[in-house]
Amino acid sequence: MKFLRDCWLIFARQMQLLLRNPVWVFVGVFQPVMYLLLFAPLLKPALSPLGVTTDAEAYRVFVPGLLVLLAIFGGLFQGFGLIAELRAGVIERSRVTPVSRFALLLGRSLRDVVSLIAQAGIITILALFFDLRVFIGDLLLAYLMLALIALMTSAVSYGVALAVKSEDALAPLMNTVAQPVLLLSGILLPLQFAPGWLENVAKWNPFSWAVDGTRALFAGDVGNDKVWQGLLIVAVLTVLSVWWAAREFARSVR
Amino acid sequence: MIIETSGLRKSFRSRQGKHKKQVEAVRGVDLRVDEGEIFGFLGPNGAGKTTTLRMLATLIVPDGGEATVAGADLLRDPGEVRRRIGYVAQGGSTWDDSTAREELVLQARLYGIGKSVALERAARALAAFQLSEYADRKCKTYSGGQRRRVDIALGIIHEPRVVFLDEPTTGLDPQSRAHMWDEIRRLRSEGMTVFITTHYLEEADALCDRIAIMDNGEVVAEGTPTSLKRSIAHDVITVGLNGAIGEAASVLDSAAFVARLEKLDTGDGLRLFVDDGATAMPQVLRELERNGVTLKSIELHRPSLDDVFLTKTGRSLREK
Repeated sequence: MKFLRDCWLIFARQMQLLLRNPVWVFVGVFQPVMYLLLFAPLLKPALSPLGVTTDAEAYRVFVPGLLVLLAIFGGLFQGFGLIAELRAGVIERSRVTPVSRFALLLGRSLRDVVSLIAQAGIITILALFFDLRVFIGDLLLAYLMLALIALMTSAVSYGVALAVKSEDALAPLMNTVAQPVLLLSGILLPLQFAPGWLENVAKWNPFSWAVDGTRALFAGDVGNDKVWQGLLIVAVLTVLSVWWAAREFARSVR
Repeated sequence: MIIETSGLRKSFRSRQGKHKKQVEAVRGVDLRVDEGEIFGFLGPNGAGKTTTLRMLATLIVPDGGEATVAGADLLRDPGEVRRRIGYVAQGGSTWDDSTAREELVLQARLYGIGKSVALERAARALAAFQLSEYADRKCKTYSGGQRRRVDIALGIIHEPRVVFLDEPTTGLDPQSRAHMWDEIRRLRSEGMTVFITTHYLEEADALCDRIAIMDNGEVVAEGTPTSLKRSIAHDVITVGLNGAIGEAASVLDSAAFVARLEKLDTGDGLRLFVDDGATAMPQVLRELERNGVTLKSIELHRPSLDDVFLTKTGRSLREK
């Protein structure tokens, strides 16, 4: 009960600050929108070996990957905000109160989830203009996947931010993690094109499972094994990440 | 006794190139702080003041020793200590884009206070700290002194019995500092115990009921500013005379209030060492007048806390 209340207090405060400056939500969505407008049109011919013949089919492959990308990157860079809060003394101020340490993390991560879903909504609506069609039930499941990914990556980012306490260290660290994750998840081009060894390596990348699952959902194939496999892998990793980050929050103070 | 510590210590590992070494930041601190007093930790930067304060405020775990803070055991029940104290860090605690009112309400609610009471408390704190006018402006628009007052208000919004203020006036201009002293005295008058750290001698002297002087991780002296000053040296009265030095010396040497007496090297006066300069001065005047000795000048020098620091550590706080 106290935990839920604490979570709500932190979440409400973070949302209030986000809504005071919503421009960041739109800045965050700018890059994926550029991909959508300037990169996706190249895909129809490029994906023709996979049997893609229309814009709608190309977007059905590309948009899910783009959304997963947005969730991964959006989350991983949330740590910067936490470092700014550490520097301002806001975190220390919370630490002397009896507030739940886990709520300090979860309240912030939930704000990140909400902002990610808002961004995903913008991208999805834009994609509708390019003839993308997806069932609302499938879309909601896909958003659940995205929400879990955002929760996971923002928690990791917060945990690392607390450990390194400096933007200079966080930026290269997150980029180093994000780049191979991105390339090995078939976000830009499906891994069906990959040589065998690359496909095998990618199998060890949980985000490639997430992308496959999300693509299956956008294709309306909710019964596909990739859907539950992707959701399960992401859910397990989310729990582990949140647990680890919560420990980082709790460690500094008993 | 609202704070009592014995043998509190903390060391940190630090790295210098390849050499790791253990730095003893606090080497066994024994303290007793009474309820309702302003207690000051005076010492140079790096003396271990902040580390001790952060241990008492449950922010870092001591390596050893014991402490009771506001009736709760620091090592066994830090959660209870946390509920009973307030803590204001050195570097500020407000977020640029929040307003003072929002920060105060949130802080109160994090202590478990309900929304309507939190709003009430925030309004009261804003009024008490003369911040009502700016309450709904963003913190980044505040002056240094205003922002510092918000920090203090945040530290006491849950009405703790003890509040720890880490260098509350560092970086403030003289006027804001005087204002802050008034605020701190007001907290005392409301029954709160205030524990501050400072490296300003004047602040320790003027503001604190009792102080502990800290150097190199240890408390080297503890007491009221007056008793500390008296413990290391007498007050000194310098008397300037137009001749009749020998006569004046014999008159004063036999007076009970003069502990010791010496002639000035310049040959035109005397130096008297007395316990309490304020009461000795009129007596000096009276004695000399009664014996027909004419005074040219008279001057009182009382030892400062810097003299105390110098005596205890061999260094002056003022140099650097």
